Amino acid sequence: MIAEAGLAALWLAASLALLQLALAAIGLAGGKSDLLGAVRPVAVAQGVLTALAFALLITLFLRSDMSVLLVASNSHSMKPWLYKFAGTWGNHEGSMLLWVTVMGVAGSAVALFERALRRDTHMATLGGQAAISLGFYAFLLFASNPFARIDPPAPDGQGLNPLLQDPGLAFHPPTLYLGYVGLSVAFSFAVGALLTRQVDAAFARAMRPWVLGAWILLTLGITAGSYWAYYELGWGGWWFWDPVENASLMPWLAATALLHSVTVLATRDALRAWTVMLAVIAFSMSMVGTFLVRSGILTSVHAFAVDPERGTFILALLGIYIGGALALFGWRVGAVREGAPFELVSRETMLVVNNLLLSVILGLVLVGTLYPLLTEAFGHKVSVGAPYFDRIAGPVALVLMIAMVLGPLTRWRRDRMREVTRRITVPMVAAGLVFLALAVFAWGRIGILPFLGLVIALAVAVGSVAPLWKRNLWRTPLFTWGMVIAHLGCAVSLAGMACDSAFTVEKLVAARPGDRVETAGWTLRFRQILPIAGDNWTALQADMEASRGGGKPVLIHPQSRFFASPPTTTTEAALLTRWDGQLYVVLGQEADEGRWQLRVWWKPFVTLIWFGGFLIALGGALALVGRERRGWLLKWRARKAAENAA
Amino acid sequence: MKKLLIWLPLALFLGFFGLFASGLLRPGDRIISSKLVGKPLPAFVLPAAASDRPPLQSGEFATGKPRLLNIFASWCVPCAAEAPQLLALKRAGVEIDAIAIRDARPDVDAFLNRYGNPYSRIGLDARSEVQIAMGSSGVPESFIIDGKGRIAYQHVGDIREDDVPMILDRLRNAQ
Repeated sequence: MIAEAGLAALWLAASLALLQLALAAIGLAGGKSDLLGAVRPVAVAQGVLTALAFALLITLFLRSDMSVLLVASNSHSMKPWLYKFAGTWGNHEGSMLLWVTVMGVAGSAVALFERALRRDTHMATLGGQAAISLGFYAFLLFASNPFARIDPPAPDGQGLNPLLQDPGLAFHPPTLYLGYVGLSVAFSFAVGALLTRQVDAAFARAMRPWVLGAWILLTLGITAGSYWAYYELGWGGWWFWDPVENASLMPWLAATALLHSVTVLATRDALRAWTVMLAVIAFSMSMVGTFLVRSGILTSVHAFAVDPERGTFILALLGIYIGGALALFGWRVGAVREGAPFELVSRETMLVVNNLLLSVILGLVLVGTLYPLLTEAFGHKVSVGAPYFDRIAGPVALVLMIAMVLGPLTRWRRDRMREVTRRITVPMVAAGLVFLALAVFAWGRIGILPFLGLVIALAVAVGSVAPLWKRNLWRTPLFTWGMVIAHLGCAVSLAGMACDSAFTVEKLVAARPGDRVETAGWTLRFRQILPIAGDNWTALQADMEASRGGGKPVLIHPQSRFFASPPTTTTEAALLTRWDGQLYVVLGQEADEGRWQLRVWWKPFVTLIWFGGFLIALGGALALVGRERRGWLLKWRARKAAENAA
Repeated sequence: MKKLLIWLPLALFLGFFGLFASGLLRPGDRIISSKLVGKPLPAFVLPAAASDRPPLQSGEFATGKPRLLNIFASWCVPCAAEAPQLLALKRAGVEIDAIAIRDARPDVDAFLNRYGNPYSRIGLDARSEVQIAMGSSGVPESFIIDGKGRIAYQHVGDIREDDVPMILDRLRNAQ
């Protein structure tokens, strides 16, 4: 019954989306206010129904209902409940249901909480959101039904890919999807504004919190995913330039550019057409990413749902939505007047530079990701790996970081070169000192990119807190704090990346119990190997004592885990976190004569990478709260003033 | 000019759309063959990867006799599956050299102890640099190097039992 109820909820939600689109379209075209009045409640009901369908699917997974095909092929009754729960979205159909749920819920949120937008644009936005949702409902209902039954029911399930059986699965995909799919709101805003020709500062102020919200979650999702891959895959790396990672990075790059250009539009009423373009591109990148991952036209470690037929379906959706939005852009944007002008030396220019560089990186990542496809179309086969991305995107990213020092220290509208130079003196001196220190102590031992990375990271760190200089910290607006902390986060993350690639020490040994392994100041005493059993796995676990500089030894337990269903071995790395880095130990196979392969890394300051990512998201959250609070305060004051006047 | 710019995104997207559609229409196989087939082996000097085998350098190939160059790793499961076929080729008189990718000497020693050692020389390519220079993208791969030190043939993936006669044939033809 639960599966049928879920399917019914999904069909109902899809029909409501159709109704929502029709109401908005007819209402706007015919100027019928009563029809438009019904759009918001319908949008809310649609969101509630998708959420219900999703909750029902979770219930089926929790109850291990093996008469449902999706549960039988992706779950197992012996799995711990957390993985039954999170396993709901560890597969193609479930994750697509999560996708439409996020879309429906985001649509209801826009219906419920958006107050600043002009009414016709608001309704056009909700119509746009319904139009996109419809395509994805169709995809779910016709090509990826998550509630399909099997008869007779399976005796038990086939299990979940053991690499996914980690608490990370409960957190990373939902956060990522909230951000990734949340960008659909910005897309709908852009479509709505193009339809009603309202591209102005008020529109930008209304759109900004939605972009910020999606961007914060996307940032958290990517950060969490990177850390998850780092500790779960046991390769000691944190980013692999895999097509799926690029698929999440590209919307993030576009959304980051959008975040900055929407601020220019909101503050200075400039960059109108560009901002609308970015809003379209950000979610388009989400859709392109989904297509690349699920159609199987690119090979990827994440490709859990390769199916060319589904690929055709998503490609059709891409054509309709992206093609439609871009055609609308071409048709309507000529009518959008030029925004306010600005001088060459101004914060606007800096933000244009930021946007251009982010777009260049986005282009480079897109080209790198699609290049194998392009050459294959002409009969050649190549693969593009990390060296391309590191060498091509890395330097542009470093230039972008330099712009990050300049931007916040430049005034809106017009500034003087001499003044800007004076303000960046301190960051430049700080960077110079790091340069000298590294040149003396590490010249020739570390690569050029990590070298420059460390120098620039310090410049950004100092430059990002510089806007607080000589200010009353209590009276500094929360959104300024947000910018400072987010930019500081970029510096922190960059420093972590540079330290990891410059100073990581790797050691591979074959050791037997009783042996000592020394590396990078650490001493590992390998005590014994013991078999242990978990809920649905057994493992060989090494007991080791790690100590440094005569300090108290700490027990660590790297494991090699065997899962019975499906039969797989995973490595569970042991991580020991210290303030100045992480010790990362992986237990490999048994070599000859009772010796075990051990892979030991000491990664100085590697945790800064994710701490920085967290700071970036925190900065975004502060900016969001700050902006909302300020808007609320302004309204409150205006009302007070009106009351007093009366 | 502005008109053109406005429509540029749509034009670009249509290009991508065509690309995606063509990619979907021709799923095909994903084997990427090296550009270097028919060309001389790139120059390299590698340290020894195993305790009881000498190191490997590119200069040692142009000896007038074709050799098989196997790219493998101790951590690679298909490489273990391939081991019996390599031993069979060795018994058939083929000279086999190897490059171990992203590996360590104790691991290689253990691997050879367990699965047999058909190799004359083994070089250690700790960062896959030589592998990339040769246009190889995975393990295992095998290259037939002819008597003049040129790459005559690239075999992607493990050598199966039914591949052995074909490999022997190609070795004879590569004289």
